[in-house]
Amino acid sequence: MAALGIAMGGGNWFSALALGVTLLKCLLIPTYHSTDFEVHRNWLAITHSLPVSQWYYEATSEWTLDYPPFFAWFEYALSHVAKYFDQEMLNVRNLNYSSSRTLLFQRFSVIFTDALFVYAVHECCKCIDGKKAGKELTEKPKFILSVLLLWNFGLLIVDHIHFQYNGFLFGLMLLSIARLFQKRHMEGAFLFAVLLHFKHIYLYVAPAYGVYLLRSYCFTANKPDGSIRWNSFSFVRVISLGLIVFLVSALSLGPFLALNQLPQVLSRLFPFKRGLCHAYWAPNFWALYNALDKVLSIIGLELKLLDPNKIPKASMTSGLVQQFQHTVLPSVTPLATLICTLIAMLPSIFCLWFKPQGPRGFLRCLILCALSSFLFGWHVHEKAILLAVLPMSLLSVGKAGDASIFLILTTTGHYSLFPLLFTAPELPTKILLMLLFTTYSISSLKTLFRKEKPLFNWLETFYLLGLGPLEVFCEFVFPFTSWKLKYPFIPLLLTSVYCAAGITYAWFKLYVSVLSDPPSSKTKKQ
Amino acid sequence: MEKWHLMTIVVLIGLTVRWTVSLNSYSGAGKPPMFGDYEAQRHWQEITFNLPIKQWYFNSSDNNLQYWGLDYPPLTAYHSLLCAYVAKFINPDWIALHTSRGYESQAHKLFMRTTVLIADLLIYIPAVVLYCCCLKEISTKKKVANALCILLYPGLILIDYGHFQYNSVSLGFALWGVLGVSCDWDLLGSLAFCLAINYKQMELYHSLPFFCFLLGKCFKKGLKGKGFVLLIKLACTVVASFILCWLPFCTEREQTLQVLRRLFPVDRGLFEDKVANIWCSFSIFLKIKEILPHHFQIIIRYCYQENKCFIFIRFFSFCFTFLSLLPACVKLTLQPSSKGFRFTLVSCALSFFLFSFQVHEKSILLVSLPVCLVLSEIPFMSTWFLLVSTFSMLPLLLKDELLMPLVVTTIAFFIACATSFSIFEKTSEEELQLKSFSLSVRKYLPCFTFLSRIIQYLFLISVITMVLLTLITVTLDPPQKLPDLFSVLVCFVSCLHFLFFLVYFNIIIMWDSKSGRNQKKIN
Repeated sequence: MAALGIAMGGGNWFSALALGVTLLKCLLIPTYHSTDFEVHRNWLAITHSLPVSQWYYEATSEWTLDYPPFFAWFEYALSHVAKYFDQEMLNVRNLNYSSSRTLLFQRFSVIFTDALFVYAVHECCKCIDGKKAGKELTEKPKFILSVLLLWNFGLLIVDHIHFQYNGFLFGLMLLSIARLFQKRHMEGAFLFAVLLHFKHIYLYVAPAYGVYLLRSYCFTANKPDGSIRWNSFSFVRVISLGLIVFLVSALSLGPFLALNQLPQVLSRLFPFKRGLCHAYWAPNFWALYNALDKVLSIIGLELKLLDPNKIPKASMTSGLVQQFQHTVLPSVTPLATLICTLIAMLPSIFCLWFKPQGPRGFLRCLILCALSSFLFGWHVHEKAILLAVLPMSLLSVGKAGDASIFLILTTTGHYSLFPLLFTAPELPTKILLMLLFTTYSISSLKTLFRKEKPLFNWLETFYLLGLGPLEVFCEFVFPFTSWKLKYPFIPLLLTSVYCAAGITYAWFKLYVSVLSDPPSSKTKKQ
Repeated sequence: MEKWHLMTIVVLIGLTVRWTVSLNSYSGAGKPPMFGDYEAQRHWQEITFNLPIKQWYFNSSDNNLQYWGLDYPPLTAYHSLLCAYVAKFINPDWIALHTSRGYESQAHKLFMRTTVLIADLLIYIPAVVLYCCCLKEISTKKKVANALCILLYPGLILIDYGHFQYNSVSLGFALWGVLGVSCDWDLLGSLAFCLAINYKQMELYHSLPFFCFLLGKCFKKGLKGKGFVLLIKLACTVVASFILCWLPFCTEREQTLQVLRRLFPVDRGLFEDKVANIWCSFSIFLKIKEILPHHFQIIIRYCYQENKCFIFIRFFSFCFTFLSLLPACVKLTLQPSSKGFRFTLVSCALSFFLFSFQVHEKSILLVSLPVCLVLSEIPFMSTWFLLVSTFSMLPLLLKDELLMPLVVTTIAFFIACATSFSIFEKTSEEELQLKSFSLSVRKYLPCFTFLSRIIQYLFLISVITMVLLTLITVTLDPPQKLPDLFSVLVCFVSCLHFLFFLVYFNIIIMWDSKSGRNQKKIN
């Protein structure tokens, strides 16, 4: 891909990059797809064959509709194309139906909707002014940024192998960020409101949007020292922002409010019955917490401090159960995770309010919100790391410090996605793609910041290199050892604990850099 | 190399594309009783593992030669044996004698695909990378771009990873040979090329340029002094490497003869299936398969037995081949140069493909390899040729259900070439290396100035034709009376292209040194 653009002059390197990755996506069509494929097929069937009033009640399949209404409408729109491919996939009772035409349609629907993502990346590249670098095309921040976003490993495997529609959703998010950078705040707010009604996971970063818009858009002026000037508050702006959010929400939830189904919709959207951790532990703080609990309980058993009969069986046999019962440390409730998340987010929000640094500050706060909720949230999916990785790409081409955080976060975050693809034919694919992306991101950012201090210190280098042996152990050595039957959860446990350390470290480092950054008077006041 | 990371990325892209293509179907998947090349390779593992080496090439109750009998040289057999040992370690059922016939499973497919990837990774890809690094007079980035284009060449990827074969091994060895010979490591180069021939006898298409180039080198050094020493050394290397490969078969005369008989079956037809060479395309009009033998039968009835008429056609095709490659080879012997060598490789392989006896459609890969090597010199024509060569295998690939990867990789290859060489800006006579040719034509025809424009139009027409034909073949059903209509059309169109390219490459070779002299004069 890098070489693709080499001899090209100015303009069409971007389209070559986009086209190249699109072709790669087409090649990935015959790869393994997860149950999410059936989930979306089922939603196609539900939205196509049932009236709106039934959408959030239908439960023939176990994969009930649990995304906000806009996504349901999106599936509804898709289903009108789908009927020309294969009518059978639109039947609610056709569980696990996957003809080759269904496969083609679903895969291509992801590839086509990614056009929005490509457009958003294009817009982002226009408004990001990275470090000024050499004349060569491959060393320009814009080129590097577009490769980092378009060829993002996580997005490729989650969307085009595992199967989901994150591409256009992240497209909406990046587009709204780009609009904020371009000072088109209303558009940005509108896009984000729409995005929230497509997939509510983006609620995690909503605080950053709310505070930023309130602080930097609704207050039109600052005092000379950068603190807030209370009398510059603009009611018109607040009201228009509120109106936008209200209208979008009304359009989305209104019909269900009218049908008196709002509680049902909300209960589908926020299922708190699930466990603290997803089946495979996402590499977050709770993975470390669980691991510590296990270690403590083993130590306790060895030292006879614990009574073996009182220990819940599940926690000792496998880390794969949904409900994880802690033996030594106190168990965690949803409320506790919510409080932890809020506490972890607060400093960044404060920073955004008291030390406004323009859109870059907003972007940092957004990433911190995403990371904090990833680290401390309830039932977090490992895929949610993309919420931090993609916006972080925008920062990475700007400053060497950010680039180093980005590389640690991305490499560990992407590696933690490996267990998503566990089938043998996908093993080379994921390793090759990961190597491709990691080699490119590290080498290109190193070239970009070659005049500054090295991106990694020895510890970070050591940690990142450790991922290699870890992968070799988990995928190539462990299956041939006798532990495979006794402790099948060890590779997953190792992966998530190892990656959790890296992600927590990146989060911490980013926080330190945000908090210690002096309020620069150079950034333009809003 | 300072851009090693770019090269790494390029290799990784090549590997990724290869592996993703390999997820698709293979030839003869689920099609008993004969299956396809995939089963042939598996069967060879079965044979080589279970039978003693003396029986590999002989028909017996355990080795039915009618069912994918071994018909490749010993090195292929050794490779199969090696794979068989690994297969035995993983799952003995895969290579069990008799019972494993037509064995198909996901795990086995994965295993077979992995063997191809590993062979490719060990032999072909390093050769490509090294070759691009050794290219002279171009920037590092161009070298990387060149490597990307060569690694993305769809024909080889689709045949090796889709259809299923180990062409990357023989082509990789040949490439090592080219590399060695052009870097003046003549002995290593000839050793590598001998290995290539001993892996797949089709590599003989490339043998004449190798021979002429090395002979020319010896002449250049003086046959009485250093040249003679080099000649002896080369001869020894070749003989030694051949003996080494054939050692188990050299002990008895009958063994050697039987292997040779298996490698060069004289009793097969003029061409197999639909091939884009002269004979097959010609047969559309003449029905060569029926009419020619018939005529010859009348003529030679009194001289030969009926079935020996093949010898005549054989002779005929031999003459054509010989005549078409003679000029280039003579020129190479007299003026050995690395550049001339590569172009002669192209034209010789193309002559063989077009005129020789018993050609497979996959043999076009043997022409494509040297064309890949001249990609950086004449990007426009090479890209065009490589596209046509991929197109010429369309019927075969459609049979294997490889339409999707075919379209995707072809577009990717085209984009890669177009962006890294900006081919559309390189259509002037100089860029096409036709300057001296058109100058000499202009001496007689002063108005001959439209050459590059004609070639541009031809390219446009050819691309449109190929796209249309692909669309028609995929979407429409052929008329019932002519079930092969579309594939024959594909072959015919490709054959016309190849003829055109043969002329073009020969022109480049013949007018090459003149341009050198002209430049000297100008200087």
